[in-house]
Amino acid sequence: MMNAFALYINYATLSLRGQMQYRVSFILGTLGQLLGTGVEFVGILALFDRFESLSQWSLAEVAFFYGLVNVAFAFTDSLSRGFDHVGDLVRTGEFDRMLLRPRSTVLQLIGKEFTLKRLGRFLQGGGVLIWSTLYLDIAWSPWVMALTAVTVFCGACFFLGLFINIGTLSFWTTETLELMNVLTYGGIEASKYPLAIYRPWFRRFFTMVIPMGCVTYFPVLAILGRTDPLGTSLAFQYAAPLFGLLYFILSLLIWRLGLRYYRSTGS
Amino acid sequence: MNPSFVLPYTAVLSARFRMLLQYRAAALAGFVTQIGWGAIRIMAMEAFYRSTTAPQPMNLEEVVTYVWLGQALLGLLPWNPDTEIRNMVRSGTVAYELVRPVNLYTYWFSRSLAFRIAPTLMRSIPLAMLALLFFGMQPPASPESLLVWLAATAGAVLLTTALTVILSITLMWTISGEGVAFLAAPIIYLLAGMVIPLPLFPEWAQFILEMLPFRGLCDAPFRLYMGHISVAEAWAVLLHQWIWIFILVGLGAWMLSRAKRRLVVQGG
Repeated sequence: MMNAFALYINYATLSLRGQMQYRVSFILGTLGQLLGTGVEFVGILALFDRFESLSQWSLAEVAFFYGLVNVAFAFTDSLSRGFDHVGDLVRTGEFDRMLLRPRSTVLQLIGKEFTLKRLGRFLQGGGVLIWSTLYLDIAWSPWVMALTAVTVFCGACFFLGLFINIGTLSFWTTETLELMNVLTYGGIEASKYPLAIYRPWFRRFFTMVIPMGCVTYFPVLAILGRTDPLGTSLAFQYAAPLFGLLYFILSLLIWRLGLRYYRSTGS
Repeated sequence: MNPSFVLPYTAVLSARFRMLLQYRAAALAGFVTQIGWGAIRIMAMEAFYRSTTAPQPMNLEEVVTYVWLGQALLGLLPWNPDTEIRNMVRSGTVAYELVRPVNLYTYWFSRSLAFRIAPTLMRSIPLAMLALLFFGMQPPASPESLLVWLAATAGAVLLTTALTVILSITLMWTISGEGVAFLAAPIIYLLAGMVIPLPLFPEWAQFILEMLPFRGLCDAPFRLYMGHISVAEAWAVLLHQWIWIFILVGLGAWMLSRAKRRLVVQGG
């Protein structure tokens, strides 16, 4: 385990040094990420300027939802590039080489690239998150602080699970299914507002089929100290992030299963 | 008939067919993603409209149509440089482009025109059909609105092509590639009306938004379609588009002539 961690650090350093060779490209890429998520927030600001509230949610509360999910997703986004490329790796036969190495394929894929320009999303989301706490009256007890950290961690794991799912599908399709972006990036798009504002079928899908609400909505209610318009209990809100973690573990198991069915394309 | 005679044709036919199938998968992926995206946007807008009783510059029904038009015509936005030109700049084959006995700007403009139109056509029509039938998108306000919308869409296509060429030319300055495009794309996206419809921005921003070229890409044509801008006012939209087309084409041609003089070919 320690060995795997040390190896990952090695992978990440190499990847970072590679990216630092193109410094201008890195800076522009980071700024681009910052702007890309930033314009979405400008849209939210403009809508609140006009409509003043979103159901019973204030701008600061929505900003907290928005900031938290972007911070969590920035971690995933910097680790998950490898899984986007599983289709290419399978097609070119490169994946066979990974199987020969005496380390888990998941570790190798995560280690493939540490995308530092995602720092842009992290900074933008983090900035909005901090800004929102200035306007919110959050009771920062040790429990709430721990819940915030756990939510970000489980959120990052959950989204990584989604990317692993996409990679697993590539064993069969031998190409990366951009179709699945509707779940990953679509999920982020939806999570910037509280799940309660959406239609019931949509809420149910993102709670029961894909437990995204468990990492981006329910725990945030407990942090904000709000009662849920959907009527969940405080105990559930605290436990919810674990479903995100569970989804991640399940994704790893499905990946293993996929590996067993993997057949080299032979090229 | 000699079978070996038809062989090359059947081969090229099946190869071409398989290639188109590849693009169909990409088109389908984009199609599903954009429907999901549109649905999320619309549900959020519904929630905002439920929160207020004050009259807004655009009603919910219009916003729904606006969002679907935006999703259908997403591919028209100048969100990346022409990938063909990018590859030429990277590999150094751009040097061949310079010796061709053609006007390079016109040549690149035609390239980028096809680059913008072809993929958009493939996904926009089925998406609009589906949205019209099932997802609450409204048909054009009147036959006249349809006509002025078509005219404005033609203007939008030229505008987006002029911007795409400018983005492509910036590649010749920065070896690192798509830097300028990375920064320009989100801003264009916002100012064209793709994040939220432009009329919903605060009043103080409206004048700036109306002066800038980007509303001619999405906002103005969409509003002509739904009659939010009346047919009588259509000339102002078209004039605004054409003034900017001339400015941006002029700028692009000037940038290209400068870039040609200072070009360092990297390829080996």
